Amino acid sequence: MIKFLLMVNKQGQTRLSRYYEQVELGKRASLEADVVRGCLARRKEECSFVEFKDYKLVYRQYAALFIVVGITENENELSIYELVHNFVEVLDKYFSRVSELDIMFNLDKVHIILDEMILNGHIVETNKTRILAPLLALDKMAES
Amino acid sequence: MSDVVEKTLSALPGLFDSQTGAARITSRLRQLVKSITELTSKHEEESLIKQELSSMKEQVSSPNTSMKQMREIMVRAMYCEMLGYDASFTYIHAIKLAQQGGVLEKRVGYLAVSLFLNEGHELLLLLVNTVLKDLQSTNVIEAYMALTVVAQVFPKDMIPAVLPLLEDKLSEIIRRKAVLALYKFYLIAPNQVQHIHAKFRKALCDRDPGVMTSSLHIYLQLITESPDDYKDLTGSFVTILKQVVDGKLPVDFNYHNVPAPWLQIQLLRILSLLGKEDRSTSELMYEVLDESLRRAEMNHNITYAILYECVKAIYTIHPKAELLEKAARCIGNFVLSPKINLRYLGLKALTYVVQHDAKLALQHQMTIIECLDHTDFTIKRETLELLFRITNAQNVTVIVEKMLDFLHVYEQCTTSYKMNVRCYVPMITLTFAPDNSWFIQTMNDVFSTGGDLLQQDVPNNFLRLLAEGKREEDDQLRLYAVNSYLTVLNGDASHLPQRFLQVMSWVCTTTHTHTHTHTHTQNKNSAMRLIQILVRDLKKSYLLNISVRLYSNFKYHFSSSTLILEGVKRVWGRDGYLRQNETTAPPVDEPSAAVQPSGQQEAAERLEPQPEPSTQNQDKLQLASSLFVGLGAGSSMSLLGKSEAPPPRFRKKPRPHESSSSSSSGTSERSSDSSSRSSHSTTDSFLYGSLLEEEPATSISAFSHTPKSSTANGLAQNKDTKEDRRANTSQILGGDMVIVRPNTFQDKHPSLVSSDLTALLPADLKDLPHSDVISLTSDPSLSLSSCRLFRDEALLLVILISNCTETVIKDVAVQLTCEELEVWNVMNCLEGNSTSVCHYALLMDEPHTNVSFTGTVSYQTQPGHTNTLSFSGTLSAADFIRPLVVSTEEYGKLWLSLSHDVKQNLKLLTDASDPLRTTLNALKDALQLHVVDIIGSEGIVACRLLSGAPCLLHCRVNGAALAMWLRSPHPALPDCILYHCQRALAQH
Repeated sequence: MIKFLLMVNKQGQTRLSRYYEQVELGKRASLEADVVRGCLARRKEECSFVEFKDYKLVYRQYAALFIVVGITENENELSIYELVHNFVEVLDKYFSRVSELDIMFNLDKVHIILDEMILNGHIVETNKTRILAPLLALDKMAES
Repeated sequence: MSDVVEKTLSALPGLFDSQTGAARITSRLRQLVKSITELTSKHEEESLIKQELSSMKEQVSSPNTSMKQMREIMVRAMYCEMLGYDASFTYIHAIKLAQQGGVLEKRVGYLAVSLFLNEGHELLLLLVNTVLKDLQSTNVIEAYMALTVVAQVFPKDMIPAVLPLLEDKLSEIIRRKAVLALYKFYLIAPNQVQHIHAKFRKALCDRDPGVMTSSLHIYLQLITESPDDYKDLTGSFVTILKQVVDGKLPVDFNYHNVPAPWLQIQLLRILSLLGKEDRSTSELMYEVLDESLRRAEMNHNITYAILYECVKAIYTIHPKAELLEKAARCIGNFVLSPKINLRYLGLKALTYVVQHDAKLALQHQMTIIECLDHTDFTIKRETLELLFRITNAQNVTVIVEKMLDFLHVYEQCTTSYKMNVRCYVPMITLTFAPDNSWFIQTMNDVFSTGGDLLQQDVPNNFLRLLAEGKREEDDQLRLYAVNSYLTVLNGDASHLPQRFLQVMSWVCTTTHTHTHTHTHTQNKNSAMRLIQILVRDLKKSYLLNISVRLYSNFKYHFSSSTLILEGVKRVWGRDGYLRQNETTAPPVDEPSAAVQPSGQQEAAERLEPQPEPSTQNQDKLQLASSLFVGLGAGSSMSLLGKSEAPPPRFRKKPRPHESSSSSSSGTSERSSDSSSRSSHSTTDSFLYGSLLEEEPATSISAFSHTPKSSTANGLAQNKDTKEDRRANTSQILGGDMVIVRPNTFQDKHPSLVSSDLTALLPADLKDLPHSDVISLTSDPSLSLSSCRLFRDEALLLVILISNCTETVIKDVAVQLTCEELEVWNVMNCLEGNSTSVCHYALLMDEPHTNVSFTGTVSYQTQPGHTNTLSFSGTLSAADFIRPLVVSTEEYGKLWLSLSHDVKQNLKLLTDASDPLRTTLNALKDALQLHVVDIIGSEGIVACRLLSGAPCLLHCRVNGAALAMWLRSPHPALPDCILYHCQRALAQH
């Protein structure tokens, strides 16, 4: 099961966070700081999975941005690693060459995309066309 | 892929100027984002967000704020909350936005609700009406949004209101989301969706792959909970997987040319659950698993993710040799990969499969050693996990050394994963320790580094082990421990963890009291010195307390030929140690040869590297030879348990001797298993304590007593054990489980009527007191009956299987399950009209008035055609009660030391001349009690539960009733015995 997904930059600033298991607001900042520290401490030649508290982190770096997913032991780390990439590819398709700023300016839309892909900590859709369909429909209605 | 995020902050000014694309947003949000990117300190962030929150507060309360502005405020609120600042004043406005906004505003409103409110938040109730309205909207987008939020967060109590609407949606275009919403309901309130299981099936068969995929989440959950109810769907899952693998899905389901990889993974997980321990179901999936292995050839991460899942499935379901071989080859591709992520997953797969076949580790020993020295923490830890699974008596010292190294290096890091390693060390040390000094030194290391982070049962088990032995060698062990503590305390003791000091103080006091041979006065002296140091130097008041209480309790410490009660342990018991300690069992004449001094030397010899042809790296080869010793096919201590184990050090009591029913009297069976090959079997008290703690209050343990019984595997394992045991049926004889080989004597015996079946009992069991033979079940081919035999140290449950046909029945396998435990029994064939017997020894650890057992017999009348026959039965606590033979004096002492008591008036059998004697005799017959003495109108009676806990009964004639007063160290035992006494008297 997926516990949370974070987008954090190298400076440790959170750009997006989605929790699939309740974490108190007050505890999130320190948890995120620990997560970033855990990932930044790793070197390039080390694997993309690291233990953290009672779960595992799967992280992937895109330019200055880290996408970190917290998962339980029974998840398949490599499939999550690729899920992150699929997510980035979807964002890239929607924003046509996505950047950190696109994500910041469109926080709500990134969330809407993510909600199509992951629900209650489970992967529910990975087909790019289908992930984007509801958002594109929404955009069309808003324009007209 | 790093080019995806090419535009970085340097592009910022340009974006703010141009009003196109991503930057086309309203000014306030743009300003906030800009300010956030410019933040340089936490302090700046704080003042920025404070300012933002107050401006938002002003805006939301203004009547002029439009829905569009409100949407922007919501996104700003998301930012504030994301940075950890409370914006709860906006929550109500999120609900309003979902209620009143246009489509885009509505979506953001719902999004904000799902981000801000958790299940159970009271404001969620205000959302219900909006959701209901939107679900009935003619606008599909609105209904879709409502379904999305329902699938994320919805008040449990309001499910009935929305359920009918949801069910309607199951036939609409947005049915995929409706299925996901139902899944959510199933998670939070499974009872409410019970009636729509048929609709789940319909969703599974939906022509839209998306709907089918969504229904798999529900099925994975359902099948995890009760796999047996969904076996009929196996064919469907297999067909779906086959179609996916064959590329029958539309091409947009592909990810890097691999068809729907995450769907494949989900299906593989479902199949492995269904095929586990089920031969016929497994047979349905061999082909598609083979196909999946074959298809996943492309060199992309995602195909490896699928392969990993596939390998796991192949090793989980009923095994097929050809597939296992292919899967094992496949693991080679992983672990040898230069890509570190693949190598990690390979190690993880290997860790999983070595539980089934330890030899696989041999193939990759050099890779494993490289990984052990890897700089990457994750890789290193996974390797230790793997080593833990292949530990045996020969490689334990090397593996423990590696684990302790790891713990020293990563002392600061206290993830719970690390905790695992911390627990592994004592676990395997207790199980496989080759000699005294190594054992004590390792445990000292564990206590001083792990200290207070250790789980409670580690000191528990250690102390129990130290307290138990009563022989010369045990005194030596204690002496060694005490002396090692004196050395430790001579150094700097200030950093020692509290728990280590507690262990020390306990050990020295127990040593002081326990020294049995007078030659060991030095034991006592050392112990006294240690107490003095502890009390004087550390000034820990609890230590003083303990000493004082210990001495005052010594008067209760007595020993007799049949019973030893430990005042010491009981006192400590209330402080938390040795919680489960119920009196020890009567001492047994122990074969003193079982152990020691030679062990040290032997271990050294074993660890000597085998002379190998010198290749490039002698060190690694040497390490390999010590790490993987014992895993080879021919060597001892193999996981497959084929050959003899060296005499294990830390099993104090002799194994109940094979067939001889009378040899050991009341040995506590839990710790009696003398073979470290069976270290993970449930009979092992040390492992039991630390590994299976979560098992429901230790109910019944089953193990074998037959001459050919063998328990395999030298591994200490966690709760996976049970699964492993199940998954390995084809290798039953060499495999990872407790095996009871039936005595196939009298195979040609003519078919008998049930009453004659007792004649079939094994010769060595015939004379035991036994119950009547009860018929359990039968089908046209087999009939099953059972008989209970009351042995002194266990209850023997004998199952008689009779072939009622003229033909030979093959592959008869009996499986008995009692709560968490099970035992397999295999025989190759059963001749026509013959009867075979298998028996199980059972113990009750926690008193229960009644327990039930279930089981199945599977057999083949024709090749390839497996039938199963299930049976069940009940055992009563009375079956597990044995007389406790004590003298009146011992009874008196014991009585005073027991804490839990129950009083009750019982029926007195008044129709005889001596009512008290008659009544007690009636109870004795029904419950196997020992009547210690009858004096006037009072009688004292003693009994024990098989696992050891005594129960004393004090009976007094009180008018027409029998006043009974029961005492036991076990709180539940008196109630249990009382219940059976009442029943026995009522039936009389």
